[in-house]
Amino acid sequence: MTRDRAQRPAGIEMRITCPHCGPRDLAEFYYWGDATRTMPELGSKDEAAWLSHVYNRPNPRGRHSEHWQHLGGCRAYLMVERDTATHEIFSVIFARDTAREATK
Amino acid sequence: MSFHRIDPSGKGKRPVSFIFDGTRVTGYEGDTLAAALLASGQMVMGRSFKYHRPRGAFAPGSAEPNALVTLLRGKFREPNLRATEVEIFEGMRAESQNRFPSLNIDIGAVNGLAGKLLSAGFYYKTFMGPGIGPLRSTKFWMLAERFIRRAAGLGRAGLAPDPDRYDRINAFCDVLVIGGGDAGRTAAEAATNAGLRVILADANPPKGVDIDGAQTLSRTMVWGVYDGNTYAATERVADHKSARAPGEPRQRHWVIRARTAIHATGATERPIVFPGNDVPGVMLASMFGDLAKRGVIPDGPVAFFTNNDAAYQTAADLAGSGATIAAIIDARVEVSASARALADLCNAEIHIGRAVTGSEGKSALKAVTVQQFDAATGEISGEPVSVQCSTVAVSGGWSPSIQLASQAGGNPQWSEPLQAFLPPEPAPGQDFHVCGSAAGVFGRDEAKADANRAAGIAVAKLSGKKLKVAPRPDCYHAYFAAPVHEIRGTKKSQKAFVDFQHDVTAADIRLAALEGFSSPEHMKRYTTLGMATEQGRNSAIPALAILGGEQGRSIAETGTTRFRPPASGVSFGVLAAERYGDLQPGRLTPMHDWHLANGATLYAAGLWHRPMIYGRAGETIEQAYVREARAVRMGVGIFDVSTLGKIDIQGPDSAKFLDRVYTNMFSNLAVGKARYGLMLREDGLVMDDGTTWRIGDIHFLMTTTTANAGKVMQHLDYCLDCLWPDLKVHLTSVTDQWAGAAVGGPFARKVLENCVEGAQVDNDAVPFMGIVHGTIADKPVMICRLSFSGELAYEVYSGAGHGQQVWDALMGAGKPFNITPYGLEALGTLRIEKGHVTGAEIDGRTTAHDLHLEWMLSKKKPFIGQAMMNRPGMTDENRLSLVGIISTSGKPVSGGSHIVDEDELTEPADSLGHVTAACYSPALEKYIALALVKNGKSRIGTIAYVTAPLTGQHLPVEIVDCHMFDPEGRRMHV
Repeated sequence: MTRDRAQRPAGIEMRITCPHCGPRDLAEFYYWGDATRTMPELGSKDEAAWLSHVYNRPNPRGRHSEHWQHLGGCRAYLMVERDTATHEIFSVIFARDTAREATK
Repeated sequence: MSFHRIDPSGKGKRPVSFIFDGTRVTGYEGDTLAAALLASGQMVMGRSFKYHRPRGAFAPGSAEPNALVTLLRGKFREPNLRATEVEIFEGMRAESQNRFPSLNIDIGAVNGLAGKLLSAGFYYKTFMGPGIGPLRSTKFWMLAERFIRRAAGLGRAGLAPDPDRYDRINAFCDVLVIGGGDAGRTAAEAATNAGLRVILADANPPKGVDIDGAQTLSRTMVWGVYDGNTYAATERVADHKSARAPGEPRQRHWVIRARTAIHATGATERPIVFPGNDVPGVMLASMFGDLAKRGVIPDGPVAFFTNNDAAYQTAADLAGSGATIAAIIDARVEVSASARALADLCNAEIHIGRAVTGSEGKSALKAVTVQQFDAATGEISGEPVSVQCSTVAVSGGWSPSIQLASQAGGNPQWSEPLQAFLPPEPAPGQDFHVCGSAAGVFGRDEAKADANRAAGIAVAKLSGKKLKVAPRPDCYHAYFAAPVHEIRGTKKSQKAFVDFQHDVTAADIRLAALEGFSSPEHMKRYTTLGMATEQGRNSAIPALAILGGEQGRSIAETGTTRFRPPASGVSFGVLAAERYGDLQPGRLTPMHDWHLANGATLYAAGLWHRPMIYGRAGETIEQAYVREARAVRMGVGIFDVSTLGKIDIQGPDSAKFLDRVYTNMFSNLAVGKARYGLMLREDGLVMDDGTTWRIGDIHFLMTTTTANAGKVMQHLDYCLDCLWPDLKVHLTSVTDQWAGAAVGGPFARKVLENCVEGAQVDNDAVPFMGIVHGTIADKPVMICRLSFSGELAYEVYSGAGHGQQVWDALMGAGKPFNITPYGLEALGTLRIEKGHVTGAEIDGRTTAHDLHLEWMLSKKKPFIGQAMMNRPGMTDENRLSLVGIISTSGKPVSGGSHIVDEDELTEPADSLGHVTAACYSPALEKYIALALVKNGKSRIGTIAYVTAPLTGQHLPVEIVDCHMFDPEGRRMHV
């Protein structure tokens, strides 16, 4: 079923390709939301930064990075880069890897 | 009777007997319900939505607007099924709808006299807006609603649970072919022969001949198209059977992912709207064809009314089956020679340039009125001529069934010669090809050629071969229709219905246009045209023609509404599939069978089944839980805590991790001790509580509430994956691996002393919150001295496989102390007495301060939620906070009641808060409760009232501290 990948963008057949488990039905995943925000340091007293982190979410039309958890599978949090208008998925990687990069 | 069977003896056919509206009817195998009823003389099959006019079957298959029925399966009711679609089976029970008391006598028909009142927008105009006079305004609506709801409407859903089983399947294929007609079968065969994996979905029963190599799904209605060629379909596995095979589902939900799809969904005939067009006996010409195919034809003469040549073929076929054709009334001026030849074949007189302008007969047709008609201007002239007939076959041309293509495509394209919309091009990310009459290519040979062409394109595309596209075959011209959609009567004319199902007339649409609802989307919502199962199948094109006509716009300019899934009705059961009934998973504790054997009444908590009470003969629920709770306070009780969420936390950073997710400190917890912990959400509200045990230096066991186990685990996963990937911590859910028994009460230690080996359990060895390892009945156990009940208590954990043996041993050891198993109700009572919180108080709106848990908020280290928990709104003293409540009248308080200051409620009062949990307290010998009350602390010692207006309860209560029993906690520290 991968022969036509070149013709049809991945992901839009309502599946996400988990890096552990392969292409799986959307129903196995839990949508966690915006993956572009970063939490302030736990001890931070920057109230504005905390308010923004907790309550503000970008809602772009087009490319967006989101956290999805493969709840019905390996339980890993994934970072899914997705077009919110067409549902085309550009990449799926482990959220842990991105988070590690960010904390370096 | 106005219909009969061609062969009354029914030779070679199996008779099938069923019940319709309480009367036994016999039909034959292969009949639809509508065919069987017509053949038995039943013309009226439903009453209309608003006016309760008698209505008969009108259109074949799923397009039927009138003949909606309810099927009864046991006590379960399935409403709004089309009698033209339902296959009869032995023992079937069906009921007509929207009639009272019966189909033939309906008191609601009086609404017909008030027709003017019920025109478009009636409800909005009458019941919305300011109250001018007594019969206007929303208050009047509240009074009238119950009567209107009963009088207007479709079928009634029942209250009985669905007795059937449903399932769900995921399927993959190269080509999904939708439609099992000539075009669909041809396309499926061609694609299969080219070596592709093909699924053919056909809404009809099997044709008998399978296509070798293709997977054919019969009785399978494709109703939805989703992203990237994902299709949803319902297979009616056993709807047509008297009995189910063991385990057989009634219906099956298919999710089909196809690389490409071929839509061969066919076309449906449209009516021409004319005054008096809703008398039973007026049907689409294709409905006569459908009935004749099943061997049922009209007794009396049939009058055809058409704007196209194709209806002449239907007339000739019908005459060939033995029916009498009274006349063919054609709105056009020109009729082709071949049509004339067909008319000659059936001995029918042709009335050219004429139209039907009225009907005679109320519940059965006697004659139609025919007048001269100018198709160019729509004007009627000349003397009315009466044409005697018992039925009318009307044909306003054919519309391709483009529902699915429209769901997955752009805007449909208007075809002037067909007077219909053609399927749109696929939207980005979708790939489908439409062929046959669904693409406007009518005629059998033409449709087959078109199907081969579509299959060729699909095969070439999927195999990456070069594409040589043959030109599309020409349409069979007989299906071209004149642009005649409505015969507009005069003021004296009968009502002309556009949407039979919702009683929307041509006049209603004109009124909507006059009042400014000029877009089809607005007109549709204002008049309710094309809602419910009708979905514009018969009404869309005539309605657009009338709306456009009022505005001087063509149908192409007016445009059409967009289709959305489902394209036809879908049962809730099939969508729930395995998540409902006996296929739904349940979570049982290792001691489940013991609970059942010992009289437990179970309570569903999420997927868990937990003992609520262990009732004895003659006991009420209250008597049972009071006995159980008293036993814990006076002696000893045992409770199954296996359902608590349990998360095994290991790794060098475990303590650091817990310090961040809990509000209180865990890094300073000694090995072999447990601590009560509180978790906040990022926004500072309480998320969950529980105890966490330090089993080793880098090894913890966290327990969560039963309800939040999944949510907490997800939260911790998120913290480790996305927030702190550098922490060396590993989480494992061990909820199902540990069995747990809580032993609580003054004799709890004695019970353990009687059965624990390999460890001491005295106060020195196991102090409050201490952990020991030992064995019970030779099975390894881990014991922690924790108390939720406020008594001296222990939680005994063992491997799930040993749970029952350990429980049995504890029961044996407790026998001398009369150990009492207790359920959730008693547990609730014990914790209410103590003021301990659970999910009822941790409701996503409360802070640690609200629950008097501020002592757990560490100031020595940062944690999740800390930054947001002290915002002004979160610390306001007027927030709802936890208090205890004692009923001073001696009457029980009910959970969910509001708390007010007023001793009597004559008008709405401000709520001071609400009761979260209530019980009878055996320790206090009073009815008590926990409540969240505005500025609760300041109200302690005062009197307030709990009120439940729905039940009329209004009781005085005293507000007290939430720690109502043993506030110093002496009992658990002994």
